[in-house]
Amino acid sequence: MVTYIVRRLVTAVLILFGASYVVYQLTALSGDPLEDLRASNAPNREQLIQARTELLDLNTPAPLRYFGWLAGAAKCLVPFAATCDLGASIQGEAVTTSLVRAMGNTITLVTTATVLAIIIGISLGIITALRQYSGLDYGVTFMSFLFFSLPIFWLAVLLKEFGAIGFNNFLADPQIPASTIVVVALASGLIWALFASASWKRKAIAFVVGAAVAAALLTVLEVVDWFTDPGLGPIVILVTGVAIAFGIVLLTAGLRNRKALYASLIMVALGLVAYYVVNPVLNAATVWMILALAVLTVLVGIGVGYAMGGYDRGQSMRAAALTGLLMGLLIVVDRFLVTWPAYVGNPRVRGRPIATVGAETPGLEGTFWITGLDTFTHLLLPTIALLLASLAGYSRYSRASMLEIMNMDFIRTARAKGLSERTVVMRHAFRNALIPLATLVAFDIGALIGGAIITEQVFAFSGMGQLFVQALQRTDPDPIMGFFLVAGILALVFNLVADVAYSFLDPRVRVKA
Amino acid sequence: MSTQTPADVPGQTETVPGPVPPAPEIEAPGLSQGQIVRRKFFDNTAAIISLVVFVVVFLLAFTSVGFAGIPGWWKYNHTEFVPLLGDGAPTVTGPFSWGEHPFGQDSIGRDYFAMTMRGAQNSLLIMFIIGALAGLTGVVVGACSGYFRGWTEAVLMRFTDIVIIIPVVLAAATLGESVNRFVGSGAQVWLLGVFLGLVLWTGLARLVRGEFLSLREREFVDAAKIAGASNTRIIFKHILPNAVGVIIVNTTLLMSAAILLETALSYIGFGVKAPDVSLGLIISQNQEAFQTRPWLFWFPGLFIVLICLCINFIGDGLRDAFDPRQKKFNAGRAKDAGKPAA
Repeated sequence: MVTYIVRRLVTAVLILFGASYVVYQLTALSGDPLEDLRASNAPNREQLIQARTELLDLNTPAPLRYFGWLAGAAKCLVPFAATCDLGASIQGEAVTTSLVRAMGNTITLVTTATVLAIIIGISLGIITALRQYSGLDYGVTFMSFLFFSLPIFWLAVLLKEFGAIGFNNFLADPQIPASTIVVVALASGLIWALFASASWKRKAIAFVVGAAVAAALLTVLEVVDWFTDPGLGPIVILVTGVAIAFGIVLLTAGLRNRKALYASLIMVALGLVAYYVVNPVLNAATVWMILALAVLTVLVGIGVGYAMGGYDRGQSMRAAALTGLLMGLLIVVDRFLVTWPAYVGNPRVRGRPIATVGAETPGLEGTFWITGLDTFTHLLLPTIALLLASLAGYSRYSRASMLEIMNMDFIRTARAKGLSERTVVMRHAFRNALIPLATLVAFDIGALIGGAIITEQVFAFSGMGQLFVQALQRTDPDPIMGFFLVAGILALVFNLVADVAYSFLDPRVRVKA
Repeated sequence: MSTQTPADVPGQTETVPGPVPPAPEIEAPGLSQGQIVRRKFFDNTAAIISLVVFVVVFLLAFTSVGFAGIPGWWKYNHTEFVPLLGDGAPTVTGPFSWGEHPFGQDSIGRDYFAMTMRGAQNSLLIMFIIGALAGLTGVVVGACSGYFRGWTEAVLMRFTDIVIIIPVVLAAATLGESVNRFVGSGAQVWLLGVFLGLVLWTGLARLVRGEFLSLREREFVDAAKIAGASNTRIIFKHILPNAVGVIIVNTTLLMSAAILLETALSYIGFGVKAPDVSLGLIISQNQEAFQTRPWLFWFPGLFIVLICLCINFIGDGLRDAFDPRQKKFNAGRAKDAGKPAA
């Protein structure tokens, strides 16, 4: 295995050399870096051209100029020397600086979208595979093809129009007209009916219940003027928490495992206590504090699960930790919602919270909660756009993979042993269906950093993609090479990770040493 | 780049509709692979509807505004300035009452139907060029490296790895500049297709290689070798027909990715450039007018979605048709494909 990895890494370095040479030549061919100066009528035009020619070393032919760049880039390989020199942009900013900033922005943008796409996509894929050829299956299939076929720049304009401008107008005067309530209720009923299992009676019940719940929810929200002054409050947190506890236990351990259920319910109770106890501390929250609290919650959950003991402690521990984590999420969400009016009323935001462009409101200052909300409102639309575009891949793959697994002999064996359907699906099928997806996920993470060029462009989000496109428009070689280095290295590394992970997860696959 | 390589395109699916009653045990005459695939494909309602819609869009785009010097039947073309009628809103009211400007006029009076059709034509043209070129390159590279192995494989696959990590946007931008410098904008659309085709074949090459690697170890290839068949004969007569499913399906899905890529590139200004039009380009030119002239935004976008959706469903149908593991299929039913299911 080690020989294999080393050999792959050596090849990767050679590939990187070859590709960077090609990219450098393509960049040189792609335009004239002096174009804007030639067209300008500044009195010192000649000097400007002279200066830029020297800055970019334009008198050396491009095939040779590459080695000048390479010499600088090679310094990055020297450890601890801190003389990494990837050149500078035409404006004179060091590429390393701008790369770091752009990478930070891109990572915040794509992480949420990717994680959500993986979770939602895989769940949808599994559910549709279990309900093959049902209305739900056809519906989800059609929707995923549709999302897959949407050009992201077109979707982005629609999102800005209806998601941001429309929603902001609504927030300015939150009145839900009766017609909207009816439409939303019908839609929700339909979705619930699609998810309900085969018989018409159950579908009808699901439809009625779904529609009624949605209508009631909207009416209550309207009556209490929730949109101007949102929040969850202890009662909603308690009810949702209990529902989460039951849901998680149902999926991970089965409701017959009373110990796991009690452990999760204890976590809900503890969460509710924490809601009051931690609240004052949260006033001075930072990212690290939230993360530390999350870790603490998981530890407490594991402890509670362990203390419950019983035949299979692992299940109780897992269920309790997961419930605790989601309870914590509820509390954080509540806190954000409570901060909402202050954010909307902020003079910088001026009552139009959902942003259409940019990564943050310029000049906005405030607590962790205010800036957190600011990031959220800016990331919302691009995240939805990226999510919809990448959802299809995951749901189609996991569906295909799950279908294949469910037809395997060991699934029949598991059923024949008398295992419950939950155990068969979650323990025997689901885990095996995830193996091929691990490769897909690794590939996608590798492509992430360079993967959002169009989205960043449409939402004026200053990440890697925009860095690249802007440099390309100016024929500015160094930022392009910087972008290529980061994107290329990540792609190659995660390619390797995908292959190695596959052979770890599936012992039948052996890598050639 | 949000566009994906064909390998990322949705996985295997089985959309042959409806549960099938067990077939009666009858002696059925043998069917060739081609017949089975054709019948399974024509059984797939979604794929057939998509195929029909796609052909309609194709004919509309190529006959209405004319192609390669042959005049079309539509009265305007995409460059003519016509005085604005009112605010230039669409005049189409039904499938057979199109009015003067069915899709309206843009802000300087050009007929938007002609522009959209011309854009769709360019996008389809680029898509087909990419499909043909990337398909051919991918198959040749994949087949050679998978069949001959050894040094051929090492060199070709490392070359593939290099091409994979070169950003497509960069390749397209380089092309745009060189075309304007050396060729002139007339051949722009064709060359864009050629250039994109030359960078997009990598995923297909890997898949074909994998397919060849496993097929060349099979007994029938050994038998052919012992019988004294030449390499050319083994590749073309024995292995390629067995890999044709993978090739066709993935080329189709590659084409759906290609049309999104082309429109996206034109949108950010590295693809088709004015004075020619592309669906992505006219959306980018008119997106600011969404509030005042929404039709300038809707029609080209809907055409992109329509074309891409059709290609995806056709590709999905082909995949099902080529998949021998398809559980819901038996030859007896395929024979009776024309009749309603009993």
